[in-house]
Amino acid sequence: MVRMTGSQILLECLQREGVSTLFGYPGGVVLPLYDTLPQFPAIQHVLTRHEQGAAHMADGYARASGEVGVCLATSGPGATNLVTGIATSFLDSTPVVAITGNVARTLLGKDGFQEADITGITQPITKHNYLVMRAEDIAMTVREAFHIARTGRPGPVHIDIPKDVFQEETEFDWPTEINLRGYRPTTKGHSGMIRRAAEAINKAERPIIISGHGIIWGDASNELLELAQKAQIPVITTFLGIGGFPETNSLSYGWLGMHGMYHANMAADEADVVVGIGMRFDDRAMGRFKDFNPTATIIHIDIDPAEIGKNLPTAIPVVGDVKRVLPDLREHLDQRDRSDWLAWIDKVEEEHPSLEIRETRRLIPQEIIRTLYEETNGTATLVTGVGQHQMWAGQHYFYDNPRKLVSSGGLGTMGFELPAAIGAQMGTPHSEIWAICGDAGFQMTMQELAVCVDERLPLKIAIMNNGYLGMVRQWQELFYDENFVSVAVTQPDFCKLADAYGVRALRVETKAEVLPAIQEARNYDGPILIDFHVDQDENVWPMVPAGAALSETIEMPEKELAR
Amino acid sequence: MTTGNGTRQAQHTVVAIVEDKPGVLQRVAGLFRRRGFNIESLAVGPTEVEGLSRMTIIVDGASAPVEQVEKQLYKLIDVVKVSDLTHEDAITRELALLKVRCNNVNRHELLDIAGVFRADVVDMATNSLTLQVVGDEDKINGLITMCQPYGVRELSRTGTIAMTRGAKTTTVHESEPEAIARVHQSQGRRVESKELPFSSD
Ligand SMILES: Cc1ncc(C[n+]2csc(CCOP(=O)(O)OP(=O)(O)O)c2C)c(N)n1
Ligand SMILES: [Mg+2]
Repeated sequence: MVRMTGSQILLECLQREGVSTLFGYPGGVVLPLYDTLPQFPAIQHVLTRHEQGAAHMADGYARASGEVGVCLATSGPGATNLVTGIATSFLDSTPVVAITGNVARTLLGKDGFQEADITGITQPITKHNYLVMRAEDIAMTVREAFHIARTGRPGPVHIDIPKDVFQEETEFDWPTEINLRGYRPTTKGHSGMIRRAAEAINKAERPIIISGHGIIWGDASNELLELAQKAQIPVITTFLGIGGFPETNSLSYGWLGMHGMYHANMAADEADVVVGIGMRFDDRAMGRFKDFNPTATIIHIDIDPAEIGKNLPTAIPVVGDVKRVLPDLREHLDQRDRSDWLAWIDKVEEEHPSLEIRETRRLIPQEIIRTLYEETNGTATLVTGVGQHQMWAGQHYFYDNPRKLVSSGGLGTMGFELPAAIGAQMGTPHSEIWAICGDAGFQMTMQELAVCVDERLPLKIAIMNNGYLGMVRQWQELFYDENFVSVAVTQPDFCKLADAYGVRALRVETKAEVLPAIQEARNYDGPILIDFHVDQDENVWPMVPAGAALSETIEMPEKELAR
Repeated sequence: MTTGNGTRQAQHTVVAIVEDKPGVLQRVAGLFRRRGFNIESLAVGPTEVEGLSRMTIIVDGASAPVEQVEKQLYKLIDVVKVSDLTHEDAITRELALLKVRCNNVNRHELLDIAGVFRADVVDMATNSLTLQVVGDEDKINGLITMCQPYGVRELSRTGTIAMTRGAKTTTVHESEPEAIARVHQSQGRRVESKELPFSSD
């Protein structure tokens, strides 16, 4: 055994866990750690411009690559700045390990300079958290943290380390075994339940699969595809489930929910058996719970038993890892022809098209997204902010593969777009990454443009500049009698701003400029920003008003169609 | 309305075996607060296994489906085992200390009441009397009600703890014969076979 300092042990363990990138920001109590960083050249430290950026970068890195993302901050304000990012990861179940320093052990609890009870703060927004009080506990803590973050239902884990623990010397011993008696995720589904689920599906005339984020994190896209094809079950996804099932497949019927496709919402409401897989029947997806398809038999397959029956009464629960459950279930499914049911949904889609882009002289974001789709052949990864542009990025680009849409669905964190896109680019250096930004959300974290330049990232940044907190404006228009309050947002000249950071910039004001700008960005090997001045009044449709049922989905009104 | 084990029907008795680590109480309390589950009482103490604590939580069943309470508790990494004893044949006990106002005239009445409830007098002063009572919630409530006309000056209750009757347990590990043998050995006794229970010599 070797004697090492806490800092050395931490970095050694991170390296052994496969960490190559740390997104962080230094400060007093983590100085011993930063002092040690040069001893570990295989770990690259990315200096962000705000700790929130570090947390989102780690998250974007994880979502795009499938690996655990790691962020790092100092005590007090550094640590509290991570909170929004950690909560974002928590609500979307993404594996992030957040590391913070804290004041020295003797000062803990004394309200000293830059002390915050950060483990107290992160406790309800992490899958688990640790305050490490001895250097000899660091190795086991890191092992457990990565294990907890990436297994079962993934999620963020926070490790808080007092300054003097970084400095303490101890023997380093790499724990080969993890023994967490309170953490043993169920992976194999109960065979009796799987058989019951299969029976219900085999008997069903109108079954539908709603697949979620769990298919992506469970790496079970192929298993889902094989199952759906065998039994000819139409698949719709949740917003976070986008890409878990190929959207151009004939069994794909888009995604459901508040801004989901009309036919997807109707199909979910018409189905006689609803099979939720790797999803949690969230209110944004299901509409008013008590009126969600009251006659359907609900089958729920998820790794988290606490999600079963939480929001909707479940007839047949299967707790397990989708990667193992789906092949078991497929085995018991009959090969069936369900063309009548598929034709029913096709007809609804034909009569109520949700994704048709109308002819208009206005420069509308839907068309920009669609042009981007066509130009990239659907191969790019889109990372979005929150708001209207987010919904259009989900609707008008078609995703055939997992991890191609990165978006904060659960917490709905504006400002996620740019830093998450940076993380995604660093996690998948060979992917074409487009940050689809809101003009307001971009302003929440735009200082991270500096990181794009530091790291010479070939990131493409597209701002859907509508001069508004667009989604809020839409709600005020529709539900608050057009009483527009604090939704028009002034902004800097984004092109000048980009220029100031050393980021190439293009402004697009007409339709004719859209395609050339996209092409120019694709051909440019460095960070580039396109400021799309889009129509200000566009609304996102279809829409299930808050508190309404899926069956009450509203389509784009006539007067807007004519605009 | 009470069930066999003395809790009201809307109440649930949940036992959680948890890691004895700092912060675990906050995790459990935080979970209950966030999910809107009301805790009627919570009692924590060590278990037969080193490193594990036992929490007995009486949950207001009207505030939450007990299944959700159990599953959410299980999600906490530091929670090792959760059991719902509500519908089990279980012993539930609580201890209470009551300081009751009294004087020379009514002291005897109070002592009679204490006798009926098999409460012990643990302290006495010229104008008050401290009673200790052990029992299920109803018994303790009964004593309090009887003391109220005299003036209950102070009341302290431990919260309910519970254990299943019979051989069944809610523990994580059953103690091993070897471990028991070691105890005997450490106390200087000869241990000859692996037969349980060991007879002391
Ligand atoms: C941090 C944060 N604050 C507030 C909100 C509420 N909110 C949701 S969408 C939205 C407007 C977003 O505006 P913008 O980024 O320009 O996107 P747009 O809707 O215009 O496409 C707001 C304020 C939020 N989701 N996140
Ligand atoms: Mg906007």
